Amino acid sequence: MNIVVCIKQVPNAKTVRYDTEKGTLVREGVEAIINPFDFHALEAGLHLKDAYGGEVTVLSMGPPQAENALRESLSLGADKGVLLSDRAFAGADTLATTYTLAKAIEKLGPVDLVLCGKQAIDGDTAQVGPGLAARLGLPYVTCVNALSVMDDEKTIQVRRINEDGYDILELEMPALLTVLASINTPRLPSLKGKMMARKTEIPIWDAEGIGAKPSMVGLTGSATRVVSTWVPTFEARREMFGGSAEEQVDALVSRLKAAGIL
Amino acid sequence: MTQVNYFLTEEQQMIVDLARQIAKEKIIPVRARLDENNEFPWDIMRDIAQADLFGLYIPEQYGGFAKGCFENCLALEQLAYGCIAVTTTFAASALGGYPILLFGSEKQKARYLPDIASGKRLVAFGLTEANAGSDAAGIQTTAVEDGEHWVLNGTKQWITSGGEAEIYTIVAMTNKNKGARGATAYIVEKGDPGFSFGKKERKMGLNASSTTELIMNDCRIPKDRILGRNGQGFLIAMRTLDIARPGIGSIAVGLAQAALDEAVKYARQRIQFGQPIISFQALQHMLADMATNLEASRALVYSVARTIDDGKKDTAKISAMAKLFATDMSMRVTTDAVQILGGYGYMKSYPVEKMMRDAKILQIYEGTNQIMCNIIGQALNKEYAKK
Ligand SMILES: Cc1cc2nc3c(=O)[nH]c(=O)nc-3n(C[C@H](O)[C@H](O)[C@H](O)COP(=O)(O)OP(=O)(O)OC[C@H]3O[C@@H](n4cnc5c(N)ncnc54)[C@H](O)[C@@H]3O)c2cc1C
Repeated sequence: MNIVVCIKQVPNAKTVRYDTEKGTLVREGVEAIINPFDFHALEAGLHLKDAYGGEVTVLSMGPPQAENALRESLSLGADKGVLLSDRAFAGADTLATTYTLAKAIEKLGPVDLVLCGKQAIDGDTAQVGPGLAARLGLPYVTCVNALSVMDDEKTIQVRRINEDGYDILELEMPALLTVLASINTPRLPSLKGKMMARKTEIPIWDAEGIGAKPSMVGLTGSATRVVSTWVPTFEARREMFGGSAEEQVDALVSRLKAAGIL
Repeated sequence: MTQVNYFLTEEQQMIVDLARQIAKEKIIPVRARLDENNEFPWDIMRDIAQADLFGLYIPEQYGGFAKGCFENCLALEQLAYGCIAVTTTFAASALGGYPILLFGSEKQKARYLPDIASGKRLVAFGLTEANAGSDAAGIQTTAVEDGEHWVLNGTKQWITSGGEAEIYTIVAMTNKNKGARGATAYIVEKGDPGFSFGKKERKMGLNASSTTELIMNDCRIPKDRILGRNGQGFLIAMRTLDIARPGIGSIAVGLAQAALDEAVKYARQRIQFGQPIISFQALQHMLADMATNLEASRALVYSVARTIDDGKKDTAKISAMAKLFATDMSMRVTTDAVQILGGYGYMKSYPVEKMMRDAKILQIYEGTNQIMCNIIGQALNKEYAKK
């Protein structure tokens, strides 16, 4: 089975600080980690490889440092890593990102399964998975938390979590899935994996290398612009009711009615 | 702040990072529960196995990494930062595995080492008996040849990973008249006829480690399970302990580091008399003493382990020094950590009380610290006789 896992390097949300004056994240000195959901996508891929053989290729678009995220994936057992890095890719929104990733996956050759995390914890759009599937013309399911391959080894059955419960869906490969954290427990790296990861060469593909149109990548290829960012403020007010229990209940009911809650 | 540089290679640093990650993600979150329930850490053993750490000291042809005592020490230190009961289980597997590596026949190595390296089977080391602790030459378990078999009779006591391990290296007397030269080592497997386990001991600490009796009641094992030659039993045990003792030193260092970290963290945030307690000179000096002795222990343990890896023979003295100095330090540091946390330190909701309870074992097993002093003293006597 040929599996491509798309991963993104993100700032560690636990250590990131916010510059309230400038309205931006303070990225200096913040540890970069693999997007937590992507870890689960990688584990799902490695699990399938353990069971059915084949190869897991990890793909990431990002600055040169994103190579570390790919090496970490290799140390967990991925076979290959490809870094999509080019100044022209900078400032990409989900439209440009999915275009770039799709071009790279086409270059990689035939693939059975593309796995993504449900969303990245920095942008939180959850659009890249579905967008990428659309670009590649693949069937897809999002928010998957269980996955099994049917006996024909062509069909996969997945469990998609939705607001009311879950759906069991089948789809034919090639396909794309985005996964939830509850799908599995990611493995630890192994010493063998770490040694391999250190030695493995990670090719860097630029826009030209994947045959991407300059007008479709990065900021130029993006349909959205970040005009400004701010920290939303939450105003909490407090009101104390006095009197007997009955009076307090009456006061509460009329306040809730006035607020349109009852 | 600059830390002491031990000039680790990139690979050694990888081992440190990997073991630290296991401690952080897999051991620390569950250590209190394991301790409370006397629970054997099978899940963590599988994690350590998957990370390849069981094979560090085993040659590549048997699926290991052909690293030495030093690399094993690095892994032990980081795992011990999480919990020394869990780490003892890991360490005991090497204690039982070294005799096979050092004295096993080619056939025995091919049969056992791959499973040991992959962590598929745990190993235990059985020397101690009810009436033979420090005085190991007093063991009463016997082994007698019977056609194509050896027949073992006797009971080993306080054997780490008893019942959980599948491979046991056991020392038994083959010729009582020869004293220390009359002992022989064997490989016994779980499931061998006449081989069973006593109940799990209840202990002061080290609760996630299983400690049991090994009962051999006409235990019949094939002839080819003898390790080394007839009469080499104590030599094998002593050589094994010489290599393993720096490992106990590293466990002591990892544990003390964890206790120091807790103590400093706490002392910085606990306010009494309107100021953080770390501002009191009395506590600063305690912490300074803890940190300095800890670093000195680490330096000694690392140096001894590297000397062993350099192929030096007759390392009994320096191995004993590494174990003695580091484990005494660890007992003091964990005790002082409890003192610094005061009443909170005595409570189970903070981790230092467990660290202090656990630390005590380090001064006892793999040879008590009095025995370490004996070894060092006797070595000095011999050395100076030659001068
Ligand atoms: C939790 C645990 C796990 C263990 N795991 C294993 C294992 O996996 N395999 C194994 O074979 N054994 C194991 N042991 C046994 C351990 O190695 C012995 O307990 C240890 O060697 C001491 O023996 P003893 O307890 O019989 O004490 P003793 O030998 O009875 O000693 C009692 C006291 O006398 C002192 N003493 C004895 N002789 C001398 C002397 N000549 N000079 C000065 N002082 C002396 C000792 O230092 C000690 O303070 C384990 C023990 C424990 C508690």
